[in-house]
Amino acid sequence: MQATRGWSASASEARSGLMFVAPYLIVFAVLLIYPLISGIWLSLHKADLFGGSQFIGLENYARLFRDAVFLKAVRNTLYFVLLTVPPLTLIGLALALALNHGSRWSALVRGLFFSSSVLSVTIVTLIWRMVLVPDGGLIADLLQKIGLAPIPFLSDATLVMPAIAVTTIWWCIGLPMMLFLAALQQVPQELYEAATLDNAGRWRTLVSITLPSIRRTALVVVIIEIILQFQLFGQSQILTLGGPNNASLPIVFFIYQVGFQRWDIGYAAAASEILFCIILVAAMTQFFAARGRER
Amino acid sequence: MAAARRKPSATTAVLALASLAMAAPLLWTLLLSLKSNDDLLRSTQSAFTPPYTLQNYADILGHPAVFGWLLNSTIVALGVTMGVLVLSSLAGYAFARLRFPGRDVVFIIVLFGLAIPEQSVIIARHQMFSALDLHNTYGGLIYPGIAAPFGVFLMTQYFRAIPRELEEAAWLDGASRFRTFWRILLPLSLPAQATLGIFTFLSTWNDYWWPLISATDSDMYTLTIGLVSSQMNFAQTNGLGFLMAQAVFASVPILIVYVIFQRYIVAGVSRAAA
Repeated sequence: MQATRGWSASASEARSGLMFVAPYLIVFAVLLIYPLISGIWLSLHKADLFGGSQFIGLENYARLFRDAVFLKAVRNTLYFVLLTVPPLTLIGLALALALNHGSRWSALVRGLFFSSSVLSVTIVTLIWRMVLVPDGGLIADLLQKIGLAPIPFLSDATLVMPAIAVTTIWWCIGLPMMLFLAALQQVPQELYEAATLDNAGRWRTLVSITLPSIRRTALVVVIIEIILQFQLFGQSQILTLGGPNNASLPIVFFIYQVGFQRWDIGYAAAASEILFCIILVAAMTQFFAARGRER
Repeated sequence: MAAARRKPSATTAVLALASLAMAAPLLWTLLLSLKSNDDLLRSTQSAFTPPYTLQNYADILGHPAVFGWLLNSTIVALGVTMGVLVLSSLAGYAFARLRFPGRDVVFIIVLFGLAIPEQSVIIARHQMFSALDLHNTYGGLIYPGIAAPFGVFLMTQYFRAIPRELEEAAWLDGASRFRTFWRILLPLSLPAQATLGIFTFLSTWNDYWWPLISATDSDMYTLTIGLVSSQMNFAQTNGLGFLMAQAVFASVPILIVYVIFQRYIVAGVSRAAA
């Protein structure tokens, strides 16, 4: 019968299935899985650009834990994640709550807060360099107008990370806001109607209905932002070159310097495996902490 | 929600201040780009007052490298987007609809790929591309983007949600699997294709990490890399207006794409939040 030709025969179904997935799987294996495994293998070697390679076991990892610059980069990155993820989550939520209505005015403000997200890190750093520099930057010019001295945000070891964090929050605030807005749209309207009947105030409605309903989205936002912000690179590399005195050097920039400027490839591979583990642990901790609380 | 629509003025005031903080760096950049380099050399305070000029934008036209970078960015972003759409649709259909040996295990491995950060494969991938002589080629810039598993995940979810009955008519006509996929499922998946396409395009266009490492020849720079090279080459006060005009010029194409496809970006985000 025509209808069953080819469709009931599971051997032919398996054959087409494999043909449909093969193109992607080949690319996936060659460009993602192979480099992942060969990166781990490389991290166990003393390897340089010229093909010299010698198996040294875990020596690269031992060296990383003795390397003051790497440890500083880890501390800097953790500090940066703490400086950015909570504000991104809270400001994103606040904006979503304030803008969750259909007026044309609020659509415009939503567009404004999302617009920076579509810019590349290159444009963002170009803009913020001219906001932050003490010599002719926007903040310096405004301070000068009211008779105050300019602040050297990018060359002061204590101010540089907060300054990069503010730049990053300005750049990335659109996504958390949009995720929270989408979640707010999905809160069942009946819950609010019930609250109105109960004469619940705005604050009580927020705490007992809105926030519990969007808990899952808050978790998604925190995990996405942790993964994104651990990968800090361009802002530091372009604005400060990691300085002053490595005060704004993040892990990814360390990997870049070691791997692509000093060509100490095995050592850079080891650092990149550590970054992978840190991100995985941070995201999993959040996930399981949130799941534990839900039970 | 009637209660929310009646905004107390405190919220409005805070929101207005936040909007101002958000818009100020953008307006500042625009103002700087409209001032002559000589005026800015004297003081950037002059940006707050006229005269303004379009000379910096005219100067971009005499700087052909910028258009080369624009072309490279377009080729790479379109190449990755097309590659991702084709491979993800094919694989997503198979994972969602066809039974083949090892399917579930393979799908889990692909999902695991979502957790691999770019940086942890970069060293080995760079070596591999050196060995294959792929650096400073369009292929070298395009291939890594195509391997990202996100599209496969998205398309699989989307195809799973489409009712099977829709394909049955085609089966009864004796159409082949590829024909069913091509004529029935692919047209139904256009909204998901649009969302996946626009996100892939935006993230490839803005990618800084891989082109920085792979495109070292200035002819192969994408716009993101080219802009950094001029940022580093110009003494900061020298040609500042021109530099800021480049920033504005480089933002325009992506803002246009954003405005046109805004609908699909919002749809994509909503699906992620659900």
